[in-house]
Amino acid sequence: MVRLADLSASDKENMLKKIPTLPRFNKQHWARGPKLAQRRVAIVSTAGLHVRGDRPFGSGGMDYRVIPGDINAGDLIMSHMSVNFDRSGFQEDWNIAFPLDRLTELAREKVIGSVAAFHYSFMGAVSPVTNYESKAAELAQLLRNDKVDAVLLSPV
Amino acid sequence: MREHTEALAPPRALWVPFMLGRPFGVPNDAAFQKKVLHAALQLFESESGPVLEDFAQDAPHQKLSSPPENLVCPVSFPRMQAEGTLAEKLAEEVSQLQAWHAVAVKLRGRTTLGVTGMPPLQIVDYLSAWLDNQPPQPFRKDIAPGDALKQACDELKAFYLEAKSVQPGQHSAVSIQEWFWMETALAQAIVQIRTIAANSTEPSVKAVAVMSLIPRSMEAALKRAT
Repeated sequence: MVRLADLSASDKENMLKKIPTLPRFNKQHWARGPKLAQRRVAIVSTAGLHVRGDRPFGSGGMDYRVIPGDINAGDLIMSHMSVNFDRSGFQEDWNIAFPLDRLTELAREKVIGSVAAFHYSFMGAVSPVTNYESKAAELAQLLRNDKVDAVLLSPV
Repeated sequence: MREHTEALAPPRALWVPFMLGRPFGVPNDAAFQKKVLHAALQLFESESGPVLEDFAQDAPHQKLSSPPENLVCPVSFPRMQAEGTLAEKLAEEVSQLQAWHAVAVKLRGRTTLGVTGMPPLQIVDYLSAWLDNQPPQPFRKDIAPGDALKQACDELKAFYLEAKSVQPGQHSAVSIQEWFWMETALAQAIVQIRTIAANSTEPSVKAVAVMSLIPRSMEAALKRAT
């Protein structure tokens, strides 16, 4: 997320015009769960990330890519269709968008219970966001299979 | 964007005041990144929801450093050559950047290149065909022509940004972006290709030309420069 005031006039206009297209969660979506120290956490990014050699994202792509939890930083690349966000940070340090090293440290420090075996990435910026619903439901089942009970959604 | 999150009202959200593309603040600052991550994960401890909290701290200034002297590239950083076609200038620029890119890979231990499967000079050939108004076939059979064009432009741009980041001097995300768009032959090539692609009858190419080749934030500066 970012401050609206920090964006160029054209970026600001583009962001504001998306607001009426956004759905609204209802309170049923809020649920309690175990304490953070017992939770198994997965990262779900919208940065268009994937393993080198996996199929790049394309225009309008609403599917996701699977990122193994034991991936090395050198094997994760980005093929997002948007040109309107900074990529130099990710080029320098993958944790800027995909904080797997930090998550692993928090597991070691017992702040979280464990890190998931698999993480995932969509390519955000497809509108309306409700188009992602069927793929998100499919992904939720994969997360359940991995006994994940906390998801860190990391947008760019 | 906080305004989007307010409209969506997701169960738990942490608003952060960082630039787009940097949700955890700043590269190579593990302590700060962990602070942001911990603040987000702490929302799982909230007793009721939905909850939208603000992360009140701005990203610290990025520690900008020059490469160690023993890794400084022996060739000077290229300036665009004055003579020749744009395709020739592009090929020359990329050739000169190769050594700097090798330094970047050595320093970081990784590169983000690898989306197209083509080395940089092969991408130059692909883009040069576009500059000649002879759109080439996509380099993969399973992607649309517009996606191929986008991936080629982004991959070569990533090569430039990675190479530039280790040039002596200090470079922020903003200064690197301005250098790229205002001073390089590749940026000039992308601007020209955008005009060609915008007139394409292939829908995927036209869409990429309109939406995905040049950042909205740079459009005004590029117009002033031409």
